Amino acid sequence: MNIRSFQDRVFDWVNYAFMLLLAIVMIFPFFYLFSVSFTTYEEFLRSQLLLWPRKWSIVAYEYIFSSHSFIRSLRVTVYITILGTLVNLFFTTTMAYGLSRKIYGQRFIMLAILFTMLFSAGMIPTYLVVKETGLLDSIWSLILPAAIAPFNLIIVRQFFMSLPQELSESALIDGASDLVIFRKIVLPLSKPILAAFGLFYAVGHWNNYFAGILYLNDQTKWPIQVILRQIVVQSDAMNALGVINPEMLANQPPPETVQMAAILISTLPILIVYPFLQKHFAKGVMIGSIKG
Amino acid sequence: MYLLILPGALFFLIYRYVPMLGIVIAFQDYSPFLGFSGSEWVGLQHFRDIFSSAEIGRVLWNTLSLSMLQILFAFPAPIILALLLNEMRSELFKRFIQSIVYLPHFLSWVVVVGVFTIFLRGDGIVNDILKQVFGMNQSIGFLTNPDFFRPLIVLQVIWKEIGWGTIIFLAALAGVNPEIYEAASVDGANRWRRMWHITLPALRATIVIMLILRLGSVLDSGFEQIFLMLNSFNRDIGDVLDTYVYTKGVRQSDYSFATAVGLFKGVVGLVLVLGSNYIAKRMGEEGVY
Repeated sequence: MNIRSFQDRVFDWVNYAFMLLLAIVMIFPFFYLFSVSFTTYEEFLRSQLLLWPRKWSIVAYEYIFSSHSFIRSLRVTVYITILGTLVNLFFTTTMAYGLSRKIYGQRFIMLAILFTMLFSAGMIPTYLVVKETGLLDSIWSLILPAAIAPFNLIIVRQFFMSLPQELSESALIDGASDLVIFRKIVLPLSKPILAAFGLFYAVGHWNNYFAGILYLNDQTKWPIQVILRQIVVQSDAMNALGVINPEMLANQPPPETVQMAAILISTLPILIVYPFLQKHFAKGVMIGSIKG
Repeated sequence: MYLLILPGALFFLIYRYVPMLGIVIAFQDYSPFLGFSGSEWVGLQHFRDIFSSAEIGRVLWNTLSLSMLQILFAFPAPIILALLLNEMRSELFKRFIQSIVYLPHFLSWVVVVGVFTIFLRGDGIVNDILKQVFGMNQSIGFLTNPDFFRPLIVLQVIWKEIGWGTIIFLAALAGVNPEIYEAASVDGANRWRRMWHITLPALRATIVIMLILRLGSVLDSGFEQIFLMLNSFNRDIGDVLDTYVYTKGVRQSDYSFATAVGLFKGVVGLVLVLGSNYIAKRMGEEGVY
């Protein structure tokens, strides 16, 4: 190895400094929200640049958790996320497995799927179909119209095709049907990829905002992102939360800290699954980038 | 086997292909009470309206200028970051940075727009710092001044997606034979020359593919983000095709006209992907398909 030149070392220093700065830009907002949401109001008003709560307070969190609509929308979102992800995995894996075998019309079906990635009917015709199928104002409107992400389907299918054929062939000779092979052999072998895409789908459901706005008029079914938007972007925290506990009304926390606490609570699940996601996603994306 | 395909096939049929049949209402004066069969046919009337409407011209311009800014600034950002990450010597530090910059990709647009709102509003921390450190005596209305709308949209996209975007470029770089770098440094190529003559060309095919895909969606401007950022101050500059279709179709129930606008958007997108893919192939690149 030759000795690194002066120029090289300057480059390294600048590069590392830039990367560190970038990491701070990504992380700081959450650190700041954390600090402010746990600080007393007087402290928040007094200190101009608050970096760590010196006087702790959980009023903002108490306030949020005493509200009906926030808790309710959290519950709705958890429900949609679990149910929706199961539906996603069922639809995706069954179709991917079917298409990973040699069947008549396979090429046509694959082309039909690819075409939906290039061209879609648009928002209004889709909206009308959701309406006609009776899903309007039902949480199924957030689940069924998004049952399969074509991109995920294609990757899962490629994974199934890469599994050793001998296994299913020998099972076939032993008299197992396609369904049994799929359930007893293929799915257990696919646990890592099921976990990866399950997490991807779950994050999608958790973060879904627009479908809620589009398909749900019934406020009691609004997912967390819709409530969060009212609280933070529209600065309508007190109305959106609808706190009726008189004790809480007496010492209302400042809307600023409530907003920050609301963001953190609704982001927490993402931050918790992130380490697990991270293990899988790079691999998932790599498989996807190989042309097939 | 066909039984396994059935649920998925039904999904594609009902929620992807039946809506395509619904496109016929773009050529009708669709009324929910009369239905597809009862509504009156008006031919290309709505499309004539699109091209003669000044409002659509403005919305189209908003959409295109946002897209162009994105391609100019948000598209190259992950490429540059991937180049810099690739130059890092400490594998541990590199992985640490990667796991941090990937994170915002998994946050919802509501959270991202919310964080920007909290930081940038009149009494937010950014204005506080500007006042304290730089002695400004008035708050800057980042969220109310329409001039800030486009830069903010681009900045949010970069913040959210820069890390995630590097994955595919880093994958391409992992395939480069390290001997090429050694040979180049023996020949006296310094760091910049190696980046310029080895690393960047290695990314060329990937960049072209990603650019093709991006060009196919110039008329998509990220619906949720724009919708969340819109307020009464910036509607003139911020309204894009998607938000316009939403307002017209869902809010004002002008189904036929909104469908016509959506169809126009979809067809242009399709032509752009196929066209740019064709051109890329003619230029000797691999293309997407």
